[in-house]
Amino acid sequence: MLGTSILLALREIRRHILRSILTTLGIIIGVAAVVTMVTLGNGVTASVQEEISSLGASNFIVFPVRTTRGTIRPFDDADVRAVGQQIAGVEIAAGNVSANATAFYNGQDWDTRVQGVTNKLLEAQSVKIDEGRAFTRDEEESGKNVCLLGLKVREAIFPPATSPVGARMRLGDVSCEVIGTVEERGQGGGGADDDDAVYLPLKNVQRRFRGNENLDYFVVKYDPAYAAATVQDSLVALLRERRLLQDAEPNDFNVIDTAQVNQALGAATGALTAMVAVIASISLLVGGIGIMNIMLVSVTERTREIGIRLAIGALAREVRLQFLTEAVVLCALGGLVGIALGFVASIGLAAVIDVPYVFDPVINIVSFLFSAIMGIVFGYYPASRASKLDPIDALRHE
Amino acid sequence: MTAGRPATGEPLIQLEGITKTFGSGAAAFQALKGVDLAIMRGEFVAVMGPSGSGKSTTMNILGCLDVPTSGVFRFRGVEVQKLDRDQRSLLRRRYLGFVFQGFNLLARTTALENVELPLLYRGESKAQRRAAAMRALDQVGLVPWADHTPAELSGGQQQRVAIARALVTEPDVLLADEPTGNLDSERSVEIMQLLQRLNAEGITILMVTHEEDMAAYAGTIVRFRDGLVERIERGAVGHAAEGAAG
Repeated sequence: MLGTSILLALREIRRHILRSILTTLGIIIGVAAVVTMVTLGNGVTASVQEEISSLGASNFIVFPVRTTRGTIRPFDDADVRAVGQQIAGVEIAAGNVSANATAFYNGQDWDTRVQGVTNKLLEAQSVKIDEGRAFTRDEEESGKNVCLLGLKVREAIFPPATSPVGARMRLGDVSCEVIGTVEERGQGGGGADDDDAVYLPLKNVQRRFRGNENLDYFVVKYDPAYAAATVQDSLVALLRERRLLQDAEPNDFNVIDTAQVNQALGAATGALTAMVAVIASISLLVGGIGIMNIMLVSVTERTREIGIRLAIGALAREVRLQFLTEAVVLCALGGLVGIALGFVASIGLAAVIDVPYVFDPVINIVSFLFSAIMGIVFGYYPASRASKLDPIDALRHE
Repeated sequence: MTAGRPATGEPLIQLEGITKTFGSGAAAFQALKGVDLAIMRGEFVAVMGPSGSGKSTTMNILGCLDVPTSGVFRFRGVEVQKLDRDQRSLLRRRYLGFVFQGFNLLARTTALENVELPLLYRGESKAQRRAAAMRALDQVGLVPWADHTPAELSGGQQQRVAIARALVTEPDVLLADEPTGNLDSERSVEIMQLLQRLNAEGITILMVTHEEDMAAYAGTIVRFRDGLVERIERGAVGHAAEGAAG
């Protein structure tokens, strides 16, 4: 009986194809919006998480800020060493400086950034060596002219399909040997592109590109077993002491906890997804009311048909089932079309806003079931009305 | 060939003291004021009477579409007035076939699908439905039009599809409400001859009509007036058959 009802429902929908499409438009758009937004939300979350993990999962980033007097007091290697040695729970403390430079190789040039790093910093930021090797202890300590290539620099000036390891290139006035390449990192914190960079030993960049011992910032990686707040308090206390700040003076540096950034970004995307879900639900509600409206029209229009069915012996519940099935099939078809539309839209939009496409089976299944349930909710009243018609009146209906 | 079988034994349909009142209080209208009627298996009965005489109300009760206000309606020995809505639906599904003045076929639906319709509620397989529907279309001579929709058929053909739809469940009783009301005289005669033939094959027919010509095809004519049975005339068949032949 149910199989027959579904067949009859499909036949009825086919007969009024335009009306069916217009009726289900609300559901189609609602479902497509939900699927697209949740999928894109997942993509944004995934790309944010990727970004955060490029900063390091449980790290502090410490950098000097301009004081009220208008001066910036940078940190130096001694500060980093002190943090590494004196604070419980700190696993790695490592500094970074960077400078603009033009890279030259084989007649090609490329404006990029040189990053002064150490193996420890690369470890703290989860940067992986793709080809070649990391710096040696000697290269780090004496600031040798060796470098690791970021992906974009490699693509920009080195021929494809050959290894750049062992090649000599020039960075501004400095000639250096390529000892390796790093894996793709993606968009870094603060909008810098960490792939468009050449990594040199910290001391080299300080001496040859910056001409001082200063650091732009340093990263503190701590043991997750320690409370972040405790580590941060000790860190701030130590740095204030080293910088001889009076109790009344504010910090002339900033400490950012990447875990908090992670949470904040997660909460922001969560809130965005929830908001879109609410808007989409309203669209689905409006779509559902549209379904109810058109089902009521359909029941009125087909009063005689209902009369015939009742006269030839259809039970009230069979008539109800027929109209309910029609509403459910209509909504479920709308849901399927919406899912297909959402699929296309999410792939397209993910490419446009440059986030990964993350297929989420749950939202697709839930959307489909939800649209079918809408059919039951909004189809029940019209179906019930059809089933309660008096066959004699229904047959007389013009 | 004679239409109608000898009326013997228990009546198939028996009405005793049937009344029907519509509305209540001052607006109440008594459509039936105590109808007694017995119809035997195999009879071809024409129900006649001016409008408002109670013939339609009686037909609705006989068709188990409506229940009397009081009185007893026995069909196959069952007291129908005691049955609920679903039970009456099942009774219609199993034993009754309906033919309406306006044909009442489903639009944009082929003749075959229209005839199959009552079988959908019987849970039969598609092959069984198709075979039964083709048999019924064969009985009314419309097999070549099986795939046509009502819009592609003449009025007479549409009414024959409707008769096939009523026959497809092999009912005991065919209830026809002004079956020739929308047809010209030539098509009307064809339909009446078809009904007469079906009656001869064994089906009991109850037909409402206001045309004496059509009523003449029936073996029995029941005349209504003012909510009561005025007169029952039996044995008018020979005359009608001659009339049709002439």
